[in-house]
Amino acid sequence: MLRLMQTIRRFEERASADYLAGKIYGVVHCYIGEEAVAVGVCGALNRDDQIISTHRGHGHCIAKGADLNRMMAELYGRETGYCKGKGGSMHSADFGVGMLGANGIVAGGISIVTGAGLAAQMEGKKRVAVSFFGDGASNAGPFHESLNIAASWKLPMIYVCENNLYAAQTSAQATHAMKDVAGRAAGYGIPGVIVDGNDIFAVHEATVKAVERARAGDGPTLIECKTYRWRAHTERPGQPDYRPKEEIEAWKKSDPIQRLVNHLKGQQGQFSDDEWKKMDEEVLAAIERSVAFSEASAFPKPQAALEDIFAD
Amino acid sequence: MSTQILMPALSPTMEEGKLAKWLIKEGSRIKPGDVIAEIETDKATMEVESVEEGVISRILIAEGTENVKVNTPIAVVSADGEDKGEASRPNGGGAAHTTAAAARPAAKQEPAQPRPMPRQEPVAAEVSPGGETITQTMREALRDAIAEEMRRDPDVFLMGEEVAQYQGAYKISQGLLDEFGARRVIDTPITEQGFAGVGVGAAFAGLKPIVEFMTWNFAMQAIDQIINSAAKTLYMSGGQMGSPIVFRGPNGAAARVAAQHSQCFSAWYAHVPGLKVVAPSNPADAKGLLKSAIRDPNPVLVLENEILYGASGPVPKVEDWLVPIGKARIAREGTDVTVVSFARGMVYALDAAERLAKEGISAEVIDLRSLRPLDIDTILQSVRKTNRLVTVEEAWPVCSVGSEICAQVAIQAFDYLDAPPAKVSGADVPMPYAANLERLALPNADHVVEAVKSVLYKD
Repeated sequence: MLRLMQTIRRFEERASADYLAGKIYGVVHCYIGEEAVAVGVCGALNRDDQIISTHRGHGHCIAKGADLNRMMAELYGRETGYCKGKGGSMHSADFGVGMLGANGIVAGGISIVTGAGLAAQMEGKKRVAVSFFGDGASNAGPFHESLNIAASWKLPMIYVCENNLYAAQTSAQATHAMKDVAGRAAGYGIPGVIVDGNDIFAVHEATVKAVERARAGDGPTLIECKTYRWRAHTERPGQPDYRPKEEIEAWKKSDPIQRLVNHLKGQQGQFSDDEWKKMDEEVLAAIERSVAFSEASAFPKPQAALEDIFAD
Repeated sequence: MSTQILMPALSPTMEEGKLAKWLIKEGSRIKPGDVIAEIETDKATMEVESVEEGVISRILIAEGTENVKVNTPIAVVSADGEDKGEASRPNGGGAAHTTAAAARPAAKQEPAQPRPMPRQEPVAAEVSPGGETITQTMREALRDAIAEEMRRDPDVFLMGEEVAQYQGAYKISQGLLDEFGARRVIDTPITEQGFAGVGVGAAFAGLKPIVEFMTWNFAMQAIDQIINSAAKTLYMSGGQMGSPIVFRGPNGAAARVAAQHSQCFSAWYAHVPGLKVVAPSNPADAKGLLKSAIRDPNPVLVLENEILYGASGPVPKVEDWLVPIGKARIAREGTDVTVVSFARGMVYALDAAERLAKEGISAEVIDLRSLRPLDIDTILQSVRKTNRLVTVEEAWPVCSVGSEICAQVAIQAFDYLDAPPAKVSGADVPMPYAANLERLALPNADHVVEAVKSVLYKD
């Protein structure tokens, strides 16, 4: 789990640097600071369980088991990328590991992944489906329509709200009167759970319970993970960030990765500084390999722009 | 000019009733809102209100007549009360319009929802010569298509508002709940965005959903899912996964339901790469296209027509009647002008062609059937023969399907044209409610005749 969290962080640090260097274009939304949510949730899932992510989706992809080389190549816009260079950061998907795609429309993925839950129920295969979304999306219609449908039909769903306190630049406090997103679950007659989103054990434990409930046919759970995004909404330079500096610094002290490292170190003989250093070096090497793979890969051929519009 | 008053329907399922009493007589002057008759079914009695203004020139069905079929002409109104000769022909001719009377339940009766159903002649289908057919309504043909595909493939299921227990707002899903059960015929909440997205997700996960929109008007709430998710995911994921899904429901102008419930979305969806869009004009095409749509691995939108749901026509009696998506049909061969239309526009196009033939003008009428992919080759081939083009549709004129066809023909066959193309379309206004204004906002066969004559430089 620690390795996955660190992979997400190092992947995004590199993606951000390469974005600023002009090697990755468009827009990159970093997940740094929220890694415990993706890894804690996905760690409670099976490979065939399905998830849909958001515009801030690298963490979910990596946590669900996607290949770093193909992810990085997609950001680089190369033909070896997951989407052959036609999706980019906001549309990374690996259907093979149950990652049904990031979705660039706020709340756009919530109803779709609810459909994956319906399919799981209809097929009777005990699969579950997980919707990742932010506090901003919880104000949008699809959140409410989907929770209502999933609750009514007892779909095997887990709705994971990553409440990082800001919808893009707008404070959550300014856009919903209810303090906790989890409180909205009551309106749909389903459990709403609040967890410390920077505590991977808390996230994992809550997800395990929700998965059990879903697989037993008892319906969906809403889990609100209180967390924080360290970086600005996007990596675009010169972007104003109106969040108080003290707030950002305070949350950095609650770094989910450092908390897990401290926990592991606290267990006598379990984890040494050297081991941690070695793991980080291995992670960095893997990221380096993914960049080399991407740079060695070709850009898509012009013909590719006309392909994959229709299936045969 | 005269207008027929038709036997109204008390509900979408009502097929016939008793014309209990006339409250007017020939020669009576009526205006919109006047109660002109009472009709009865086994469930309710209702009053028939006129939506027309004029003089009753003829009563076609005597009071007390039982089992009068819905949409049968029951009286004729003329603006001046003088054209009784023309009015004596029940199906109308010349410039006659057919319109429905508005019905409202009599106060003392149980509530019911009146729904005016203008009479519509079916468009003849392409049926192999000598092949055996059965006569079905569009409604029945669509239901059979769904039922056959659900029997054939256990992954196919139907979801939408009131499709199960109520059997569909327009009764397309009649009998499906009984046959396939609640697992595969699913009533959804009235949340188009939600259930359209659920359909897309179920398709991602390997199922083949048919999502019914009660009307396409309501699908505006779900257009993000249709375009941003269903149409684009195959492309965005580099071919990993698309959406084998059908979105279907009634599209186009309905009757007297005003601007939000009466519009054609053909151009909206035909614009989008990644979507296939079909718009059948007759029961055989409706069945064959819907079956093809369900089997297609891509998102296919079926734009049905509310007014045509009750129209009957021959449907081939073969085990597996499929109509290919992307292939237009020459509904009538001709040599002087190419008239291209789809869905209800075909009714006007064929009516006009028949009348033009009597004046010695030979119109070739092409039924597009599919709006995307658009079978431009069939159109170009025809225009190269006739050298003249008229497009006919109910939608708004700006950036319409007709606009695209005119552009393509101008680009690809300019040297073959002997006259600028003409477009017949709905008026460029939101649909007005008042019957006279609504009539003005919609195209008709007269417009097509005029347009054909204009491209032939005839008066």
